[in-house]
Amino acid sequence: MADNDFDIQYVANLARIALSPEEEGKLSTQLGDILGYVKKLEELDVTGVEPMAHAVPMANVLRADEVQPSISQEAALANAPRQANSLFVVPKIVE
Amino acid sequence: MLHELTLCGLAAKLDAREVSAREAMQACLDRIDAVDGRVSAFMSVDRDDALGQADAADAALAKGATHAGQPLLGVPVSMKDLFCIRGQPANCSSKILGDFRSPYDGTVVRKLRDAGAVLFGRVNMDEFAMGSSTENSAFGRTHNPWDLERVPGGSSGGSAAAVVAQECFGSIGTDTGGSIRQPAALCGCVGLKPTYGRVSRYGVVAFASSLDQVGPLARDVRDSAVLLGAMAGHDPRDSTSVPTEVPDYVAGLGGDLKGIRLGLPREYLIDGIDPGVRAAFDEAVKQCEALGAEIHEVSMPHTEYGVATYYIVATAEASANLARFDGIRYGDRVDGDDPFSLYCNTRGRGFGEEVKRRIILGTYVLSSGYYDAYYLRAQKVRTLIKRDFEQAFESVDALITPTVPAPAFKAGEKMDDPLQMYLSDIFTISCNLAGTCGISLPCGFTGDPKLPIGLQILGKPFEESRLLQIAHAYEQATPWHRERAVL
Amino acid sequence: MEYEAVIGLETHCQLKTNSKMFCGCANEFGAEPNTNVCPVCLGMPGVLPVPNERALQLTALTGYLLNCEVPGFAKFDRKNYFYPDVCKDYQITQYDFPSTTTGQVDFEFGGGIERVRITRAHLEEDVGKNNHFAQHSGVDFNRAGVPLLEIVSEPDLRSADMAYEYLNSLKDILIYGGVSDCDMEKGMVRCDVNISVRPKGGSELGVKVEIKNMNTFSGVRRAINYEVPRQIETLEAGGTLVQETRRWDDVAGITESMRTKEHAHDYRYFPEPDLMPLKPDEAWLAEVRSQIVELPLARKQRFAKDYGIPAQDADVFVGNVPLGGFFEQAIEGASNPKAIANWVINNLQARLTETGTTIGDLKFEPSAIRELVAIIDTGTISSTGGQEVFAELFENGGSPAAIVEDRGLAQVSDSGELDKWCQEAIDANPGPADDFRNGKENAINFLKGQVMKASRGKANPQVVGETLAKLLKG
Repeated sequence: MADNDFDIQYVANLARIALSPEEEGKLSTQLGDILGYVKKLEELDVTGVEPMAHAVPMANVLRADEVQPSISQEAALANAPRQANSLFVVPKIVE
Repeated sequence: MLHELTLCGLAAKLDAREVSAREAMQACLDRIDAVDGRVSAFMSVDRDDALGQADAADAALAKGATHAGQPLLGVPVSMKDLFCIRGQPANCSSKILGDFRSPYDGTVVRKLRDAGAVLFGRVNMDEFAMGSSTENSAFGRTHNPWDLERVPGGSSGGSAAAVVAQECFGSIGTDTGGSIRQPAALCGCVGLKPTYGRVSRYGVVAFASSLDQVGPLARDVRDSAVLLGAMAGHDPRDSTSVPTEVPDYVAGLGGDLKGIRLGLPREYLIDGIDPGVRAAFDEAVKQCEALGAEIHEVSMPHTEYGVATYYIVATAEASANLARFDGIRYGDRVDGDDPFSLYCNTRGRGFGEEVKRRIILGTYVLSSGYYDAYYLRAQKVRTLIKRDFEQAFESVDALITPTVPAPAFKAGEKMDDPLQMYLSDIFTISCNLAGTCGISLPCGFTGDPKLPIGLQILGKPFEESRLLQIAHAYEQATPWHRERAVL
Repeated sequence: MEYEAVIGLETHCQLKTNSKMFCGCANEFGAEPNTNVCPVCLGMPGVLPVPNERALQLTALTGYLLNCEVPGFAKFDRKNYFYPDVCKDYQITQYDFPSTTTGQVDFEFGGGIERVRITRAHLEEDVGKNNHFAQHSGVDFNRAGVPLLEIVSEPDLRSADMAYEYLNSLKDILIYGGVSDCDMEKGMVRCDVNISVRPKGGSELGVKVEIKNMNTFSGVRRAINYEVPRQIETLEAGGTLVQETRRWDDVAGITESMRTKEHAHDYRYFPEPDLMPLKPDEAWLAEVRSQIVELPLARKQRFAKDYGIPAQDADVFVGNVPLGGFFEQAIEGASNPKAIANWVINNLQARLTETGTTIGDLKFEPSAIRELVAIIDTGTISSTGGQEVFAELFENGGSPAAIVEDRGLAQVSDSGELDKWCQEAIDANPGPADDFRNGKENAINFLKGQVMKASRGKANPQVVGETLAKLLKG
């Protein structure tokens, strides 16, 4: 299993969470402990074992292609921290 | 006093028109005024809305509605702060949701309303259901009604405390790794985690999608059966909801344990269980035997891998589920010059420490180069854990274990050692990984201080009825469910 | 050294469903911003997706149309990335078990038939649309959750023109199959282009450049035509290429490196726990297969071969499926498909265009065109008369025979009457008659014209010519 001294800044950036230097230090240590603990799983031979993604196996759970009412524009935007012209306003996206 | 009644006791009086729904609701509000300053189970109560719902129930009763048709008609039930109720906040005990108000009703909310319940008050929880003590709430901790210095368990700690403090007649929580059963054990009430797929997750803010399940916390087994019956059933809005019949859980109660085979998993009876808990558990096993149950030792060899598996699977799913809290469409926003910094600032400020820890862990175990070693392996071990259950259930009808290795601990005791906190979930976690059902009910108290101890019964998938029947037989033969915390 | 371009395309097209992929909001273009939205497609807390069965059928159908495998097991996965238009900050897609794999598309190019292999065609949800303003951007989620098929080709394309033709063929196939309207104006088709170059004939792949989010086929062609020489020139000048994403600037006509993002992409795919896997069974697949249609290229080849019509005419019937269908009904049992094709294309299509109507609005049966051509061929009416019959058919319907009868359009070949008209024409025009007798053969045409005039067009011109000659030569 992988090395435990993972790059906290890289992972925090992937998760889009700003951390203070203190938080980085503390989390690094704690997550190092936790990752050290989960290494336990290496003890098991899982050759040929199917991975389990769902607790109760089912398949083909689908819905008919029918239009249902949408919510109002007002309701859609009601929680927006910032809106204008009926759009959710965000800082300028440079594509 | 009205607030002392069980849910079924209240329903009977409402049905007989001996009390009104408004009186029942008012009794809860009065009780909250009297004790919640110390317990802090409730985050908010919309009193006008609550009394309005109660009046509507009274109007229905006046028109001849019955509890045979609507078993919860006029019954005040509190909700963990992660259920979406149209027009109401759902903060998940986090700062990040800000002044969010749900634009829709979740399915459980709709079903409880259809059953006549008065859904009032949002109760405290660990932020986004991540925790075992309700200390990880951005709105302050909840206190254990038996000892205010101690935690009520978590993450549905507000639900358990509110039920035990008699501030509501039942509460709806969620259980991802023990979040209903563990606080029920630590506070001394009944907590039921249904089989995965039994109750719809639509409208429940997700923590770990393949593990989360909604369930009731209540004063006794019968109350739990009524609440489960009102919530269970297939929901086309939840693709993981299972289309099986919902039996009449209340009608299934009664009788003894003759012919019931109960399994004692060897691996659960480990060193390190609190002696008081162990003694109460051993006594409970004897009681079950006395009621006619056959006790068999069984082996569940992968039990010790449950916590490690859980913390990979749950955090991985959570890392994606909680990505949407980004400050764009709802919730608190902390601005930035570009979307990237807006996200980092919003989430860095809005999430609490435990949530950050788990999101980062979950992000890591899914990241390029680590997926196979962590996530894929955990999914495979999850298969092995499920097989343990399947094999055990070949020879027994249900398993009995302590719910938690130790009674409620003091607030702050484990906050700096997350791994120790995680390990305290060792008995409840496997049930979620396997997807089956489990219940915790009181089975005694420690001596000094007097703290509740929980007995856990784990059943076969979709056999909640059997689980409730066993729990009911035990409960009726013991005095524990009649004990009340003094506040 | 000579280089060759190695090009692969990822083509995204919106599926033609009534509702979105995972919720019941309308799949509709052009609504007011944020009106075709609900808690599910806005990524509100607590919501869950439920897949649209029609979208899965259309995906499998596309698989069949592109000669793909449609495996018995597929699933959805989460692709994690933060972007303002991604409502949950993950996109539901299919990662390691897509609904269709390994197919191919044959298309006409450079006078022959080319083949591009298809790696996979998988289903995902579209994202919202970002609008950009001076200081800020604004997001409209109407498009979020629209079912999107991503068709990934192998790097089998070798030029901009070839890529362009492939895209057009793909578009025709999708429109044919009723899978997508492929309306470029509405952004229903978008492409990512992967381009590298290598020494001609080599087998190794060069450093790959991706040009993302192209929304016109001509843009794709221009971008490749810019990018390939750029890469070759860089290599020839001794430079090295970096694997990167570049942006096509349509105004300047150049590609440019996108500012390297401070953070690498790591999509952290994992199985979508909210959705169950897909295990299409034989009955379900049979239902999908019943919706398979003939593809454009096959249709063109069949029309040309079976009906002996020119490639140009076959193209018309490929481009206009209902017209082609009408043609096929019209020629049942006919001996002259080519003439029928002419009538259908030159007259019928023209009138439909002029009047803004469709095949469905016609007041006559396809067999009427067959009859019309037959009575022209047998000389019952002239082609001028045929025009009149067709005009009447188009206006009021009916059968050609009845119209000929009603309007007295049948040609007169009866010798008695013709003899009379011819003799009158000769008598009335002695000059041209003499000219003819004196060996000026063309002079007969004037007399013929006079007879046709007298018969009000009903005389059979061929018989008139023969009669006049007979009388004049006496």
